[in-house]
Amino acid sequence: MTRHDITLHVNGRRYDICVEPRKTLADALRDDCGLTGTHLGCEHGVCGACTIIADGETVRACLMFAIQAEGVELRTVEGLAQGNEMHPLQKAFVEHHGLQCGYCTPGFLMLAAGVLEKNPTIGDEELRDILASNLCRCTGYENIVKAVRAAAAEMGAAQ
Amino acid sequence: MTSTKGAIGQPLTRIEDPPLVTGRGRFVADINFPHQLHMRIVRSAHAHARILSISTQAALALPGVYAVWTAADIAEIGPIDFREGKIEKLEPYRQPVLAIDMLRYVGEPVAAIFASDAYIAEDAADLVEVHVESLPVIIAADAPTGEFAPGLSTEAAIVAQGFGDVAEAFANAHAIVELDLSVGRHSGVPLETRGAIGRYDTARDVLELHGAAKVPHKNRESLARVFGRGTTGLHLFEAHVGGGFGIRGEIYPEDILVLAAALRFERAVKWIEDRREHLIAANHSRQQRHKIRAAVDEKGTLLAIENEFWHDQGAYPRTHALRVAETTCGILPGPYHLGAYKATGHYRLTNKTPAATYRAPGRYETNFVRERLLDAIAVRLGISRIDVRRQNLIRKEEMPYARPLCVLEDDVSYDSGDYAGLLDKSLAAIGWDELQDELTARRAKGELVGVGLALFVEKSGLGPSDGAHVRVDTTGAIEVITGGASVGQGFETVMAQVCAEALGTDYKRIRVIHGRTDRIEYGIGAHASRATVMTANAVHAAALLVREKALTLAGELMQCEPALLDIVEGNVVRRDNGAGPSISLGQIAHHLRPASPTRRGHAPGLASDGWFETAHQTYPYGNQIAQVSLDRETGAVKIERYVIAYDIGRAINPLLVRGQILGGFVQGLGGALYEEFLYDANGEPLSVTFADYLIPTLAEVPDVHVIIAEDAPSTRNPLGIKGAGESGIAAVGAAIASAIEDALGVPGVITSIPVTPQRLKRILKDNRL
Repeated sequence: MTRHDITLHVNGRRYDICVEPRKTLADALRDDCGLTGTHLGCEHGVCGACTIIADGETVRACLMFAIQAEGVELRTVEGLAQGNEMHPLQKAFVEHHGLQCGYCTPGFLMLAAGVLEKNPTIGDEELRDILASNLCRCTGYENIVKAVRAAAAEMGAAQ
Repeated sequence: MTSTKGAIGQPLTRIEDPPLVTGRGRFVADINFPHQLHMRIVRSAHAHARILSISTQAALALPGVYAVWTAADIAEIGPIDFREGKIEKLEPYRQPVLAIDMLRYVGEPVAAIFASDAYIAEDAADLVEVHVESLPVIIAADAPTGEFAPGLSTEAAIVAQGFGDVAEAFANAHAIVELDLSVGRHSGVPLETRGAIGRYDTARDVLELHGAAKVPHKNRESLARVFGRGTTGLHLFEAHVGGGFGIRGEIYPEDILVLAAALRFERAVKWIEDRREHLIAANHSRQQRHKIRAAVDEKGTLLAIENEFWHDQGAYPRTHALRVAETTCGILPGPYHLGAYKATGHYRLTNKTPAATYRAPGRYETNFVRERLLDAIAVRLGISRIDVRRQNLIRKEEMPYARPLCVLEDDVSYDSGDYAGLLDKSLAAIGWDELQDELTARRAKGELVGVGLALFVEKSGLGPSDGAHVRVDTTGAIEVITGGASVGQGFETVMAQVCAEALGTDYKRIRVIHGRTDRIEYGIGAHASRATVMTANAVHAAALLVREKALTLAGELMQCEPALLDIVEGNVVRRDNGAGPSISLGQIAHHLRPASPTRRGHAPGLASDGWFETAHQTYPYGNQIAQVSLDRETGAVKIERYVIAYDIGRAINPLLVRGQILGGFVQGLGGALYEEFLYDANGEPLSVTFADYLIPTLAEVPDVHVIIAEDAPSTRNPLGIKGAGESGIAAVGAAIASAIEDALGVPGVITSIPVTPQRLKRILKDNRL
């Protein structure tokens, strides 16, 4: 299958890569950009482990082709921290034991980051509703909710 | 402050977390080697068929395809062995690495493609044509048996355990209560699918398996036998592991294939499973039907239990062989006295994905079965569900309590426990008595609400022994080398806390090694809730020896009795003068360098091995209470409240214990209400995506009240600890079934789990509710 030269913009960096049109964005991020923090749990858009932020919207990277992401500002878990300073969400997940195996964690972090950036004062019910769109098999979710709540409070206080 | 003394018992954050939250984790799919090939498995589309021919030419012709293997290409490799050694009777039933002549389940590996790219490998797999003659399928374990091969029944084994005179007990019983109960087919389903990378280092003649999990050392022994190599020439490497739950880390056909291909091609070979494959190829679990009956006296005392069950093993025995069925027999009596007992299990092969262990194997099933039985006895005798249980509970003054039963080749002997005391705590937490009035009032208004409970005894810390190595380098950094494994449970943090407690250092400065056969000769891995009990006690022993050596040398250097010294934040100080002269562990390690002139005749190195040995497992216990309401329209079960009480003996890290309990609970909720591997009459699997195999999301999860008790420390290890990993899940099916039945008000109506909305709607209709 023919490959195409494309340019992805991820976490403020430019990646010139050459991919088949059928290559998913998730695979391109992982294989061609070396950004393996984005994980694949089902490859059909249910589990949300591959959630990233594309032009401000949270999306499943397994449901997009890489060539569809040209000209889109992409953000992955690798771009969440500012240098060595972890994002409030990352700190809160550590503090509240919001992860065990850590496989779903990048997806939850990006899902939560996308939500809180749009709606920093989101109510409990709406937040739970949104966090119910990703799967976690280890934590039982309670500590994920706690962590996102705590981060929201900290991010709100910082503003 | 840095944690020194008192690191044990503190809810400390995990040392595992920083890489995992920043995208720096290294799971098996994240690992790559130069010039690697990608493997794709061609899987059977037939539940039962004879292979007539396999055509691979078209696949081989595809550019980028390096090789295509069928069984004939690996004729020298035998079927997959059992982990614990030879079991004569089961030998002929073992699964071949690639199907030979016969296909026995949809998903069975038939051929392997090796290609330069994972996408090409998948394309090529579609081009392999398998011509077959279809054969009749057996889908249910309780259906009539068939022939696995000429002269070999699909009933591959019968397991049995028991004690006492069951016949006499039934003859003299006041009442006999009988039930026919079923547990559905579900499994661990970790969020990371399986993966394996084989690599052959031709320069050193070392074969490597990356992506190992659970039991790397045991698997090294098995794989070394497969490839006729010494264990020194074969190493397993654990990466980050995206959840284990019992199913990951067993030896599967794919593990052997990547190693065989790496050896033959002298190139790294990488295999990453997709989700559909995972749901039809990784171990299933749980599915059993139990016909159980109890003989009781007029007060509800259990005189005897007789149980016949059918264990749906799927198409082949896997590495665990009979283990789940045997555990089912040995653990069923749980926390109750029992005069006589007989359990007989039919270990049946069916044309479905093979089964093995899933978190709390044999307990999730038997807790459901036994606790349903206790509820039925209460109904029959007109006594409360609480009283029938209290009446039969083993009392704390009877501990240790032995039974002539066996679990994991270990004679059952409960070490400690106050089952009645813990039940009181839970009943108080949910306000059991007041709750009955509240539920009665709500029922009067037409609501379908109920409460149910289940008691259970867990088992953990299977022996007989485990070792660890602790060493301090000249900067004072500490390395703890274990043969344990991490499946995401917080293994590193727990080991670091135990080491920090003994050595008086900051737990965050401790690096914990696990899952690497090249760093330590032996290891037990992580299964059966063993890691914290066995490995932590070994780490503790090693760290105490390092401490002793450090204090001895420090005493000589500081001209002071070692007994007068302590280690505080990594520095040896006088107990009577903490602000006085001190020497750091790093400095002591420097003095102990092999060439050090100040080594003072001590063996080189500030390091030690440590071992822990135990004769028996340790038995934690708990109970769970569920309050539910039912929706007549949708058939949905809403968990309104849930209480889990668990006595862990001693919690090394309560934050992580609570995390284990909550996570286990939600998995158990899946098995109770949603998750099920379904098949059609032809053996076609119907649960092949996350859209049809329903893992609970946050929307299904209630608030859970967790009571972590430390009333009954284990008497079988110096730290008093018991395992945590399987407690949350163990009785969820049992408690929720009890609550649903209470809400329906129809005794005996809940006989199987999961209670899916479809099934509940049918029950509601049949009972005109």
